[in-house]
Amino acid sequence: MADEIRALSAQLAQDPQSLVFLRLGEALRRKGQLDAALRVAVNGLERHPHLADAHDLYARILTDKHDYARAFDEWDMAVRIAPHHTGALKGLAFLYFKVGDVAQAEAHLEQARKVEPDDPSIDQAIVMMRKGAAPPAPEPSAAPSPPAAAVSPAAASSALDEARVFAGLEGANEGLLLIDGAGRVLGGALKDKAGTDVTDAVAAYLAGVSQEAARTAKLLGLGAWMGLSAEGQNGNVHLAHPTPEALLLVVRERGMPLGRLAILAQRATLMARRWLEKQ
Amino acid sequence: MSKALDLITRVRGVRGAMLVSTEDGLVVAEQLMEGIKGGAVAALAASLAGRLGRAMEAAGTGTSVFWHLQAEQGALLVVPGDASGGILVVAVAEPDVNIGLVRLELLRAAEAVV
Repeated sequence: MADEIRALSAQLAQDPQSLVFLRLGEALRRKGQLDAALRVAVNGLERHPHLADAHDLYARILTDKHDYARAFDEWDMAVRIAPHHTGALKGLAFLYFKVGDVAQAEAHLEQARKVEPDDPSIDQAIVMMRKGAAPPAPEPSAAPSPPAAAVSPAAASSALDEARVFAGLEGANEGLLLIDGAGRVLGGALKDKAGTDVTDAVAAYLAGVSQEAARTAKLLGLGAWMGLSAEGQNGNVHLAHPTPEALLLVVRERGMPLGRLAILAQRATLMARRWLEKQ
Repeated sequence: MSKALDLITRVRGVRGAMLVSTEDGLVVAEQLMEGIKGGAVAALAASLAGRLGRAMEAAGTGTSVFWHLQAEQGALLVVPGDASGGILVVAVAEPDVNIGLVRLELLRAAEAVV
């Protein structure tokens, strides 16, 4: 195993863009070197933010570290990118079972079975779950068992992010900006890396974007637009519309994958919508 | 240029692809399924790319590398013109398309166009 890790590390050093990080991260995870595995996975995700396997690897490591909220987000993202990713479907089933949502757990395993009807581990997991036993975590490691009283992944994640998002909407520099259709700032603030306030400049450029996105989606026969994710050289952004006219911008460093950013934006959108309704 | 578009349209779930001039929003080349109004989509995509690019530069995230517009029944995926000499590489896709794969092919197409 140590030789394998050395060889994979050398390969990755030679070609940092290669997908060998997936094997290296998994090897480190299996060896129990979770912090090293995490670094490899995060670096890989920075280079390949839309690779479902990378999100799956990251989620498995997070599960081993008992960080179920973030693991849930990562598997959720993997399924958004690749709806038939059985590893992610099994992972979500595992986490749903842990929080007592057997119906969702079984639904995800059934979805996985449709994709891979010949995979005996899925049938086994369904049988175990119906007997009341936890289905095995995807690709189990030698990590200790998770605590019995695990909190709901969604609830835990929400509790982690809510304060920051709210602070952003109240005007703190949290990389959140809420504007109306004319580009007027309704809440939040943005500063660039030098600390200069760029709120008004960004808001002005974004004026009318919501309407333009809606027209584009309509013209293409795609229905209503739901969000716009963009990858920049130094950071990622996500745009959402809490109301047809308003626009919410979330800006984060490039290290945050677009999928995770989209989930954060969904929560911020809900808060912004509530806030707008109160105005 | 049609080779560049082939790279994109062969991905399962992609309904069409276009190369668009960022400067004037005109179609340079297209491979679209029937019923998609290429000219209008090109103009709007170029305008959207311009606004988004300027907003991102102002926000300090640097030049936009890739963006995608998610809608109820599909997505518009774009590699902005900076990577491809002023040519916007655009794909229209089904909602369950493998975004990572399309992104990869869009970036390859952008390189091929230069």
